[in-house]
Amino acid sequence: MEHIISVTVENKFGVLSRVAGLFSGRGFNIESLSVAPTLDPSMSQMTIVTSGDERIIEQIVKQLNKLIDVIKVVDLNETEFVSRETAIIKVHTKDADRAEALRIVDIFRANVIDSTPGTYTIEVSGDPKKIGAIINLLQPLGIKELVRTGRVAVAREPVRPVSVQTKKVARE
Amino acid sequence: MKLTGAQIFIECLKREGVKTVFALPGGVVLKIFDTLHQQKDIEIILTRHEQGAGHMAEGYAKATGKAGVCLVTSGPGMTNVITALADAYMDSVPLVCFSGQVPTSLIGNDAFQEADNIGLSRPCTKYNFLVKDVNDLAATIKEAFYIATTGRPGPVLVDIPKDVSMAEAEFSYPNSVSIRGYNPTYEGNKWQIKQAAEAIAKARKPILYVGGGVVFSGASQELLELAEMTQIPVDMTLMGLGAFPGEHPLSLGMMGMHGTYEANMAVHYSDLVIAVGSRFDDRVTGKVSEFCPHAKVIHIDIDPTSIRKNIHVDIPIVGDCKAVLRELNQILRATVNGEQKELRKPWWDQIQAWRQAHPLTYQQEKDGPIKPQQVVKRLYELTKDRDPIVSTDVGQHQMWAAQYFKLAKPNRWLTSGGLGTMGFGFPAAMGAQAAFRNRLVLCIAGDGSIQMNMQEMATAVVSKLPVKIIILNNRFHGMVRQWQDLFYNGRYASSDLENTPDFVKLAEAYGAVGLRANTMADLDGVLKKAIETEGPVIVDVPTYRFENCYPMIPAGGCNHEMLLEDPPELKQKQAGGKNVTPEDKDTVLTA
Repeated sequence: MEHIISVTVENKFGVLSRVAGLFSGRGFNIESLSVAPTLDPSMSQMTIVTSGDERIIEQIVKQLNKLIDVIKVVDLNETEFVSRETAIIKVHTKDADRAEALRIVDIFRANVIDSTPGTYTIEVSGDPKKIGAIINLLQPLGIKELVRTGRVAVAREPVRPVSVQTKKVARE
Repeated sequence: MKLTGAQIFIECLKREGVKTVFALPGGVVLKIFDTLHQQKDIEIILTRHEQGAGHMAEGYAKATGKAGVCLVTSGPGMTNVITALADAYMDSVPLVCFSGQVPTSLIGNDAFQEADNIGLSRPCTKYNFLVKDVNDLAATIKEAFYIATTGRPGPVLVDIPKDVSMAEAEFSYPNSVSIRGYNPTYEGNKWQIKQAAEAIAKARKPILYVGGGVVFSGASQELLELAEMTQIPVDMTLMGLGAFPGEHPLSLGMMGMHGTYEANMAVHYSDLVIAVGSRFDDRVTGKVSEFCPHAKVIHIDIDPTSIRKNIHVDIPIVGDCKAVLRELNQILRATVNGEQKELRKPWWDQIQAWRQAHPLTYQQEKDGPIKPQQVVKRLYELTKDRDPIVSTDVGQHQMWAAQYFKLAKPNRWLTSGGLGTMGFGFPAAMGAQAAFRNRLVLCIAGDGSIQMNMQEMATAVVSKLPVKIIILNNRFHGMVRQWQDLFYNGRYASSDLENTPDFVKLAEAYGAVGLRANTMADLDGVLKKAIETEGPVIVDVPTYRFENCYPMIPAGGCNHEMLLEDPPELKQKQAGGKNVTPEDKDTVLTA
């Protein structure tokens, strides 16, 4: 099962390779990994999308915690979270296709961030399904280049024990 | 007053109470060596290979419980010490390794003797540091010792570029360390400990399964109290030997692939496994899905990742073995009474029956070739009153040493468990000897293993480390040959060494003493002479070449399905085959 793990780490050189090395050395999967500094410049935030059964995820969380540069690990699947991914897509647009491309951009609330006579560069954010969908629609026009950020995610509220969480959901 | 990086390095080591550094110089660490040369507080033991330096530091750490320290140069110095770091990481040995690095301005330029020391050591150290500024050096060394010796101990590397050791800075050594991402748990969860105590009081067929964590945490006394109070039998892992007295009636000896029959049967049929400072290694569990199928599992370990890594655990307790056992004993003292003994009588009857059915055994004929087990057994009997430290290499001799050398106390057993590093034993013994100059330190080795770090004999002679090496010489990589006999149809692919050097002459060439025991009649005399000799000694004992180590659980087999002796076709082959013993013995003698 897919899990999104949010990891707060020291903002030091070599930390990314320690985390990446842990995953490769122990044969865990990384589907995507994004990292950037937080408000506190001494720390960085990583969002790791991984997959595995319960035992593997437990090991991943424990092993991450064991790394000395890791300050905090949260398995976001234990709570509610929102996640987003951004893709930048460069599409070929012949004259006849340009209007169609713009219609697709409109439907997905994407933006055209660059334009040449033969191409549009489109920026789109959303969950992976939405990004998959726009890619599917743009593909017939001819996608020249595609880059994705990998997912970032945040818990919808402070992470509390599951039991507390259920009560709250019930009240709503 | 300002100090150079090299001086700061030495001041820090003194503050950490380091007395001995195992080291080998090179271009980028010359400043440090030059400064070390001009002081008297820290002894330098110059090794002949950096791997030796690493293993010596490990031996020192295992025997003393303090961090071992080694110092190597950049490039090849670093790559040579990697094996020792990996070994220390697997066996949780507190080690601080200092490596030289090319000057900061040259890092990344493929400079002479440059290697990415941080990248190389990352997967085999607990943590590593590159010191880029001399002002950070003291705090970094403090953190390195702190990380190496706290929590689950392990090796830490500090990489010091040449210009950092030459540059000057004000010296101040921090009193304490605080690392926000590193806070080991020492006290176990009280509720979980209570659960464990209840399970222990109720269990009819409990077993203690103790590992190296008990040794490093210094929890032997607490373990002894727990076992005696509750009358629970004790299984030890290879790393746990010495944690519980080997001759104690509650001790079942070593468990696992070459463990005793009763130790493995007991764990298989128990209803409660109490794992203390052990990690359910595959050499212990055998087939994981059928490991202790009837038992509830309590797991006490300081490293949360060890828990539920291989085996489902019912009552996990994260904490230091000593602290948790003390707490557990306190609860049990109030609840345990004579009833448990009555409750467990059938269990003990069963264990006695297993013990009697298949004790450790071998056949030693009086005028036949010497059996390797006999050598270990006699060595044990002749030295046990002197409370020796025993190191081993890796292979058959290691398993026989584990089976027959029954240690009474912890920190006497130096062996490479997790990584299984041949060549570990001799330098490790020297490291322990450097810590305890007046103790008897024995190294039980195989003829294959000893040749992997033979060069350190020069160190032993020059640095006056009077280690006694006993080589069980079968001119085979014996464990490999055993597997080939059992699982590869007896094809000895690259396991037959055919000829080994004349170890007696070799010892003499290094300026040490060499002895040989050719017959049973010689054995005792030669061993005694070795023990009484002052300097380092090699005792070469040509043994029966085809002896196999039993019991044995084939890899991936179940713990209750042990091989107890050579299968009939193998016996027949060895009795009638062309590899007859007497002529073999002749080859040894004329070799």
